Amino acid sequence: MFDLIGNPLTCLVVPALGAALIALAGRSPNLREAMTLVTASVLLICVLSLLPLVLAGQGPSITLLTLLPGLQLALHIEPLGMLFALIASGLWIVNSLYSIGYMRANKESNQTRFFVCFALAISATLGIAFAGNLLTLFVFYELLTLVTYPLVTHHGDAQARQGGRTYLGVLMGTSVLFLLPALLIVWYTAGSTDFVAGGLLAGKLGHSAMAGLLALCAFGIGKAALMPMHRWLPAAMVAPTPVSALLHAVAVVKAGVFSVVKVIVYIFGTDSLMQSGLHGAADWLVVLAGFTILAASVVALSADNLKRRLAYSTISQLSYVTMSAAILAPLSLVGAILHIAAHAVAKITLFFAAGAIYTAAHKTDISQLDGIGRRMPWTMGAFAIGALSMIGLPPAVGFISKWYMLSGAMAAQHWLVVGVIAISTLLNASYFLPIIYRAFFVASPPEDAGHGEAPRLMVLALCLTAAATLLLFFLPDLPLTLARQTLVR
Amino acid sequence: MTIATHLPALQVVIPLVAAPLTVLLRGRHLPYFISLAASWIALVIALLLWQQVNAHGTISYAIGKWPAPWGIEYRVDQLTAFMLVLVSGIAALVLPYSRASIENEVPPQQHYLFYTMFSLCLTGLLGISITGDAFNIFVFLEISSLSTYVLIALGRNRRALIASYQYLIMGTIGATFIVIGIGLLYLMTGSLNLADIGRRLAQVQGTRPVLAALAFLTVGISLKLALFPLHQWLPDAYAHAPSAVSSFLAATATKVAVYVLIRFYFSVFDASQVLSQLPMQEMMLILALAGMFAASAIAIYQTDLKRLFAYSSVAQIGYIILGLSFNSPTGLTATVVHLFNHGVTKGAIFMLLGAVTLVMGGSTMARIQGLGHRMPLVSFGIVLCGLSLIGVPGTVGFISKWYLLLAAIEQGQGWLVFLILLSSLLAVVYVWRFVEAAYFREPRKDIDADTRVPWSMGLPSGLLVIACIYFGLDTSFTVGSSVKIAELLFGGMR
Repeated sequence: MFDLIGNPLTCLVVPALGAALIALAGRSPNLREAMTLVTASVLLICVLSLLPLVLAGQGPSITLLTLLPGLQLALHIEPLGMLFALIASGLWIVNSLYSIGYMRANKESNQTRFFVCFALAISATLGIAFAGNLLTLFVFYELLTLVTYPLVTHHGDAQARQGGRTYLGVLMGTSVLFLLPALLIVWYTAGSTDFVAGGLLAGKLGHSAMAGLLALCAFGIGKAALMPMHRWLPAAMVAPTPVSALLHAVAVVKAGVFSVVKVIVYIFGTDSLMQSGLHGAADWLVVLAGFTILAASVVALSADNLKRRLAYSTISQLSYVTMSAAILAPLSLVGAILHIAAHAVAKITLFFAAGAIYTAAHKTDISQLDGIGRRMPWTMGAFAIGALSMIGLPPAVGFISKWYMLSGAMAAQHWLVVGVIAISTLLNASYFLPIIYRAFFVASPPEDAGHGEAPRLMVLALCLTAAATLLLFFLPDLPLTLARQTLVR
Repeated sequence: MTIATHLPALQVVIPLVAAPLTVLLRGRHLPYFISLAASWIALVIALLLWQQVNAHGTISYAIGKWPAPWGIEYRVDQLTAFMLVLVSGIAALVLPYSRASIENEVPPQQHYLFYTMFSLCLTGLLGISITGDAFNIFVFLEISSLSTYVLIALGRNRRALIASYQYLIMGTIGATFIVIGIGLLYLMTGSLNLADIGRRLAQVQGTRPVLAALAFLTVGISLKLALFPLHQWLPDAYAHAPSAVSSFLAATATKVAVYVLIRFYFSVFDASQVLSQLPMQEMMLILALAGMFAASAIAIYQTDLKRLFAYSSVAQIGYIILGLSFNSPTGLTATVVHLFNHGVTKGAIFMLLGAVTLVMGGSTMARIQGLGHRMPLVSFGIVLCGLSLIGVPGTVGFISKWYLLLAAIEQGQGWLVFLILLSSLLAVVYVWRFVEAAYFREPRKDIDADTRVPWSMGLPSGLLVIACIYFGLDTSFTVGSSVKIAELLFGGMR
């Protein structure tokens, strides 16, 4: 219990404790920011210290509380959660650098509250990553919604309040209406909610019950933004850009698809979903996710606001994960898990770039970006790398995850999926490439000459994530190993 | 014989004696200390009784040593002990709170009256829970009701008088119905002892007077427990009574009425008979659902927070009755556990609202704008309790809802699961109205909020808020007791 290193609880406590320290240091911004960075670094060390254990196949687990018989709050580290924790804690450091630059440059109000809630959100995210059973996942999932609410509504104006309503309404509504009954049914059927390798419910439910329960889970996890539960994501773009970057490219949305994968792998079990019935109980999910991919891409195509385009691109990319997980083939599952990491580093780069453009040039629309690449070469260079990854072109990591997803779909002879991925790749290219073209090859209007790059901290952060996007293409071993281990267990 | 054997009597006698003492020793401080001591002793006794019952089973105590069917029997079983702990526990927290609170809301010359009536009300509620005699229930019900009318009328606003009068009329009708019901039962069985009536009813089960008794008792008690649509007295009473009174009533009064209903259904009428001879189950279900939705919807449109949460109480009573209508052990567990959980949550909310009223001079949405900046702890407490009303995991509300949903699934009524969850989404809406007012609006400049919340108010409120979280994580007391109670009541029946 008091073994601090190698204890999953430490990873939850560190950011929570950090939040308290940040709150205490609220009067001195420099000290406060130092606290954020120190906490983030300590957290990354804690998470990294768990990595060897997981790679050796012995994830520690710990039971915190027993609410009711078979209903515990418990943490357990397995490869998939480890990967998610690594992404979240690693990107938190970079994001903190960026946030500090952004919040100061834009003279945002209530910065202490911002950093406190941010730390708490990370704590909740790690709770999701290390959840040992569905109840724990649900608890931290709700917690994450609640602590990110003040971040989404940070500006406090009417628009923020409206966005916050949609955010909270959709996320809380879906989780209470669908995920909670699913949790109850799982507990009622299996007597526990533990994540079990091979599936907790394997062999316990019939085909239609399986499909119904999967529907409750898929719609209940609103954070995965499966249509028609996607509305919260564009609404949440009223938040300051660092929030959009970390929470809506990494923590919140990834918590969604992570939960979907986790539920499919550990609660249902891929084999039992595959066996139940002729076509598998998850086929409808493949179709719906495929629809979401295409529909969201089409909306993104027509959006002129940069953040809005990125938001719809996120919705589309999230459904890649859901779709590939729902195919249930091992290769595509590896692709799905890999894509959680790949999309995280690439999308955070894109959001960082959008925030940098806003800070340096006060521009939010794509149509205003003519020639901006010449004045902000680093930013737009990073943006281009992120965009390459989104489209799935080498040398960006998005290529690798897409490769796995495609080969999985082909191996399973799921031609519909192959078609969706192909069309969506074209769509991705057609909404990202024009931005890059505009930025670098269109002459800028003369009145735009007055600005250069955004503050250094911000540029540093976005270069780091862009570098990670490239690096993971060349060295995808760690995420790949973790993804494969998830399936082998 | 030691004093331990007389604990059941002392449970009622101590607050009863405290009441006249407070009148005799008016003074500025004495009444407060007397009633405070009485409530704390009552809590200790309740805990001891709870322990005894758990160790040795049901306690039967004959008042004046007159044996049961003729004399008055005090009967402490698991359910009784559970109610005693709830009622005296809340009283023990509300009393220290009330001192500073009524300072602001009640004229000084009436302070002693507050303590007198509070002690009487406590006596009545404890008496209802502990007695095993039907007529005695009525007597204690009247004691608690009459003192409640006075307590409500003490509110500083003149509308408190109207609210009190309204409740007086409705409460009297309810009490009359109850006494008619008891009379009919006496007519058919010749007994007033609950257990004895239960035994004798077996021979006359299903006759028209018994059914009439059932109907009268159900309607009468439903008035007292504010079952929709018999709830009209409640919002006004809660909104205009002094804050300490609202918190005490919200946490205990309606809960004790639910206890009476459970007692009559399970210990007197055989529940399965009751629920089959008349379409009680369906009726309860429909009224509960109507309450859950209608009252929540009304709550959304309230401009005064006290009224808002009063309507929310009506909705929550719907959950409690819904559990009862399932006529299953799990359903009853949900009911009993929610009695406690909702009592704690609403008690905490009304205590916090009392602090808000003290500082901001009222609890309307317009006044509490920017409360998050002015009273950060208090608003955070209200948000936490609001999350409990919604049923967010980690709070007591989640536990209640879990059992309620489980009961619905056991019955194979999936549609009910969704209705229950839909209605909890309505709770999100009304709780978020508070959040938006408190955190998204600038504090009003024309209200100076310099008053500080005294410790005597902050600490008890804080303790109850913590209880909202604690009992949501450690359910061994609440769920443990409730499961035993449900087994006891259903086991006794079958």
